Order: sequence, then structure tokens, then C-alpha cells
Amino acid sequence: MKVRAQIGMVLNLDKCIGCHTCSVTCKNVWTTRQGVEYAWFNNVETKPGVGYPKDWENQKRWNGGWVRKANGRIEPRMGAKWRILAKIFANPDLPEIDDYYEPFDFDYGHLQTAPEMKAFPTARPRSKITGERMEKIEWGPNWEEILGGEFKKRSADYNFEGVEKEIYGQFEQTFMMYLPRLCEHCLNPACVAACPSGAIYKREEDGIVLIDQDKCRGWRMCVSACPYKKIYYNWESGKSEKCTFCFPRIEVGQPTVCSETCVGRIRYLGVLLYDADRIEAAAAEPDEKELYQAQLDVFLDPFDPAVIDQARRDGVPEAWLEAARRSPVYKMAIDWKIAFPLHPEYRTLPMVWYVPPLSPIQSAASAGALEMDGEMPDVRSLRIPVRYLANLLTAGNEPPVVLALERMLAMRSYMRAKTVDGRIDHGIAERVGLTAAQVDEMYRYMAIANYEDRFVIPTTHREAAEDAYDLKGSCGFTFGNGCSGGRTELGLFGPNKRSRAPTTAEVE
Amino acid sequence: MDLNQLLFGVYPYIALAVLAVGSVVRFDREPYTWRTGSSQLLRRRQLMTGSVLFHLGVLMIFAGHFVGLLTPIWIWDALGVPHAAKQMLAMVAGGVAGLFALVGGSLLLHRRLFDPRIRANSSFGDTAILVLLMLQLLLGLSTIPVSFQHRDGAEMLKFMNWAQGVFLFRPHVADFVADTQFVFKAHLTLGMTILLVFPFTRLVHMLSAPVWYLNRRGWQLVRTRRTLPRRPAALAPTYATIPAARPAPVTREEAAK
Repeated sequence: MKVRAQIGMVLNLDKCIGCHTCSVTCKNVWTTRQGVEYAWFNNVETKPGVGYPKDWENQKRWNGGWVRKANGRIEPRMGAKWRILAKIFANPDLPEIDDYYEPFDFDYGHLQTAPEMKAFPTARPRSKITGERMEKIEWGPNWEEILGGEFKKRSADYNFEGVEKEIYGQFEQTFMMYLPRLCEHCLNPACVAACPSGAIYKREEDGIVLIDQDKCRGWRMCVSACPYKKIYYNWESGKSEKCTFCFPRIEVGQPTVCSETCVGRIRYLGVLLYDADRIEAAAAEPDEKELYQAQLDVFLDPFDPAVIDQARRDGVPEAWLEAARRSPVYKMAIDWKIAFPLHPEYRTLPMVWYVPPLSPIQSAASAGALEMDGEMPDVRSLRIPVRYLANLLTAGNEPPVVLALERMLAMRSYMRAKTVDGRIDHGIAERVGLTAAQVDEMYRYMAIANYEDRFVIPTTHREAAEDAYDLKGSCGFTFGNGCSGGRTELGLFGPNKRSRAPTTAEVE
Repeated sequence: MDLNQLLFGVYPYIALAVLAVGSVVRFDREPYTWRTGSSQLLRRRQLMTGSVLFHLGVLMIFAGHFVGLLTPIWIWDALGVPHAAKQMLAMVAGGVAGLFALVGGSLLLHRRLFDPRIRANSSFGDTAILVLLMLQLLLGLSTIPVSFQHRDGAEMLKFMNWAQGVFLFRPHVADFVADTQFVFKAHLTLGMTILLVFPFTRLVHMLSAPVWYLNRRGWQLVRTRRTLPRRPAALAPTYATIPAARPAPVTREEAAK
């Protein structure tokens, strides 16, 4: 057993309202620079839909993630190391920027500088790549927002596998959900494995996966290898960039920007202890449907004295062990089993987990149109097909998703009985394998969702490794060369590219 | 000092010195600028064929020049390779590789000059180095018919002596190539110029060719801030733990230490 700790995240999709506050605050902090204006380290997709970039879940096309070989070992779907290296001159698995969208801005300056004209001046779009006018914007980062576009195109969604999807094209039968996505900070990251430069690494202390910007050479294998397409090639700097899990904030005990600003309070951050020695076996689990359980088995019980003992010996700080015992992520993913990894079949063992959403049910139930299973409605009658959720979260394994949805419904029934009728209904809790106390706690975490319950983040013990005196007067977070961004007015090594047509209003 | 002496006796040393010192300085001081500069994300068209052909061709040509020019002639003699055969091999293999690179390079140059996305995002250096390489390629290919008139390999021997002489610091090394034809001299001069500008262009990415990736133990990389006792290799087949890079330098002065 080798105990390591990681800060994981849970997103309660049942409460996501699709407001994109997470995406926008993330973008404002991390990707407002040229070259990554098309990149959204965090984006919110409306499902069903092909997503961003288009068709990202189709690994037959992009070759992301891992495959289990006949000999029981895993290798990246892109192939063995020599196969990956053979792609460095031209990578056939790399999306083009149009698969994300051509970044654009509007000619706002024209609104101020236009002469007197018959027609009202308009701000027309301009490409951020060429500076040329774009006559028509064909695609954007959230083109399918709230079921935008025709069903035929959206239904190319990979998660419809095994679902009779035609009926969901009808207006009465349609369903949707939001899926906020960010880097999964996987236990078995495919991007790390595919990087020929060895620039991508996982941090032992908190599990955050980062790209060393000084070591990245722009071979762009990581973009293909990541099955979530959450590594973005900065076409201006020639380096790949990704979600940093806001590590400067995490290190001082603050939640990531996306979590902090989430108005629906759907995001949770907490420590999970895992056994690094079990990762390889878990990722190589033969049955895809068992990958969810295999990943659960990698996590360790933070209350187990043997685990605590080994964790101390492996150098996990005491504050982290304490945080692991109070971790909301542990409660939701492992105690209550209501949160699931996104696409475990990619075998990356992702560490951003999702609580599946309930879908409209009560009005239909009261109209008598819904099948009841005892006192509770049958979750299979929910508007979102269980199979669809299972394809998204458990590689098609339905029973765990059904149990999670039942537990969430049970929580509602239990709280209704408690607050409306004034009685504690132990039967409801027990029917879904929980105790009344657990349901009370679920309610506190999921419905009330206090800040201090959602975010249990121990600070990093940097003092153990760094001499604070050396950091005196340092630059904080910068790109590239210490305090320099790598570009100067007369830079010998790669001066700035010629400026593009301005699209912002010039203020005099 | 005549022009010949300057170009083939002095210039090689200037070019090689700038190549070596410039590359080290850039790698050390400006690591963020050290990259391939791939534009595949912006436009896939023409790059897939162009880049593969170009790189394969250039690599073959590079290997040919390296081995052909810098292997001492006595080794070839010991191996029993006649000079004429070596000359023929150089012409045929070089010609084929040159054709590869020419087709690939033309696709890439066309894309760089005429694709609006790529053109808008090319620095002067990006376009200039590609033009230089293509010129050098054309010069190189046009030496083949000339070489055809010296099939005994005597002419080739002059260039081998010159190239090896440069690295062995032989005096009067320029005399070896003094009486060769203009096209060869132009090819040599432009070649040295490419070495001269090498550290200031994207060409530096070839120094980072990630061949050692093939030898990476396992797949994953984990960095830690702690100083760990090394685990025995047998116990950690997949997860190699490497110590973190030294903490980011604080000031320019400290970085220079």
C-alpha cells in the first residue's frame, strides 16, 4: 500500500442551472490571452449534444484514453510509445481549431468611430486568428445551448448508445441536462503518458496534473491522448495548456475559481486518500462496467487506523488526514455512492465526479402518469433515460446510477415527511440502504450546501520543501522565464507576431 | 585574407560558435520560447503530407551529410567502399531524400504563404527559415548534375577533408575547397548561414527530438516536493517518482547562477 492524497471534486448536476458562471470566471482568470481564447478550461455543455470540441466523446475518432490489450496491460489508445512518436511530424488524431470553434471578436471600435450613416452601425465579427471579417459564425463553444440545433445532429451524442433515441426527438419526450466539464486530474492520466517531452506530471502532494511550460515543446500528443479533450494547444505560444485546478488557490486552502463562484453551490472539493499501488490494476480491469467499482476500490478509508498509519509513513500531513475524514467528496462518492466518475471506460480514473440529475417527475406523478415503486416513483420513469446517464457515468452499468437516483428521491421523501408531517420516516432511508442520520447529512450537504461543508481544503505544506527567503520578491504565477513572459520588444528568440487587426475600441 | 579564406576558413567557426553558444543561452534563459511552433491546430490541410515528407527527407539528408562528410575516409577505405561508389550512393540517396523534402517543403511553403490563417500567424523567422531551407535544398539538388561529372569521388573528398578539417582545427582548411565549383560554394555558405541563424529560429526544436521517450520507464510521471528515499526499481515498475525541478528562480541574477 502506498497512500497518496488528492483533492477531488464533485459536481451535483441535480442543481446545475447552466449559468456558465464557472466558465466565465475561469476564462477571466486563465484564458483571456491570445492563443487560448478558444480554450475553455471549464465549459458547460447541454446534453444531449456533441459537445466541445465536437464529438469529443467519440474515441474511435480521436483515439483518447487507454485500451486494455489482450495481455491484460493497458496502453494509450494512440498506441505504444513508438507509435506515438511516429505521429510527431503530423498528428492524425489532433482536432483542428474549427472542431472547437474559430475564435472571434466583434468590431466594437466601429460603433464609436463610424461616421454619420443611413444605417445604424453594427459590430461585425472578426476572426481572432486571421483578423479577417467572418461573414457567418458557424460554431461556438456552447452552440447547442439548451438543445439548440436540430435533434439529428445533437443525437450523434455518444451516450445514446443502447437507447432508442428517435423518440427523444419529439417535443413531448425531449430531455436535457447540463454537464460542466473541466480537467479530471486523473489518477491514470493519458496526457502524462503520451507526452514525449515528459512535461506533464501529476503532483504527489495534491494530485493536480500540470504542464511544465518550460519543458513543453509543443509535440501536441497530449491533446489527442486526453479523452476529455481538456488540454488545449496554445497556437500563439506553441505550448499546451490545461486546467491548473487553480493550484495557487488550492495551496492556500481556497476553492478553485469555478467552485468559489458557482451560484448554484453545486461544487464540492475535498481530499481523497488512494492507494497508488492499486492504480494500474484498477485501470486494467477487464470488464468496462466494473471500472467504476474498480476505481472505488483504489480509494482508502480515512478512518482506518492501518491506512492512517501508512499515510503518515508515506508523508501525508496530519491536516490532510483530518481533511480526508471530513471530505465531502469522500461522503458523496464513497459513503453515499451518489457521485460517479465521468466516462470510466476511458480507464484514466478521473477525479472529478458527478451526481446524476433527477429530471421532471412530480407533476407527471401527481397526474398519475408515472409508475410508482412502492411510495417512491420508479426512477426508470424519469425523463432522462437511466441508460443515458449510465453511459455517461458508469460505462453503461445501470444499477449504481439507479441506486443513486433512488437515494436522492428518498432524501426528498424523507425530508418532506420530516418537515411537512413532522415525523422521521426510517423506512424510507432504510429502503435505499441508508440511515436516517445519513439522509439528514445528505440533506445538509446537498440541499443546504454550506461553504465550509462544500470546501474542505487543507493548505499545502510548502514550508517543508521551500525556503521562504528564496521566494522573497518573486513573481508569483508567471509564464515561462521567471519574471519574463518570454517575449520582449526586441526579443532575439521569437519576437512577437505581427499584430492582428484591432477589434477593441480604442480609447483616446 | 581573400573571400575564400573568409567564407570557408573563418565563417564556419563563427557559425558553429553562434550555433552552440546561442542554443545554450536560449535553452537556459528563454525556455518558454523553445518549441516546435506547430501550426497543425490552425490548419490541417497540406500539413499532413507536407510535414511528414519534409521531415523524413530532411532527416535523411541530415544523416547523409553527417555520416558522409564527417566519417574519416580511411574508415570507408577500411570498409572497402570505393570512392566512386560512395559518390554514387550520396547522389542517389541524397537525390531521393531531396525529392521527398522538396515535395513536402513546397506544400509547407505554399501553405505558409497562401493560407490566410497560417500567413497571419507566421513570424518573419517562421517564413524566412522555411525559404532558406528550400533554397538550400534546391542548391543541394542542383549539385547532383555537377557531381555527375566527378563520378570518381575526388571532388567529394575535398569537401570531406574540408568538413573534417574544420572540426580538427586544421590550418588553411579553406584551401581544400578553393577550386570547387560555384554551386558547391553557394551550398556550403548557405548551409553555414543556416547553422548561424539556427538558435534564433524554431529549428531549435530538433535539439529536443524526444527520442528518449522510448526509454521512459512505465507511463506515468509524478513529481514531489519532498525528498523521497528511492524505491527499488522492481517495486515501482510503472510509477517513476522524480524529484521536482528546482524551485523557480527568483530573480534574473539568481537564475543565472
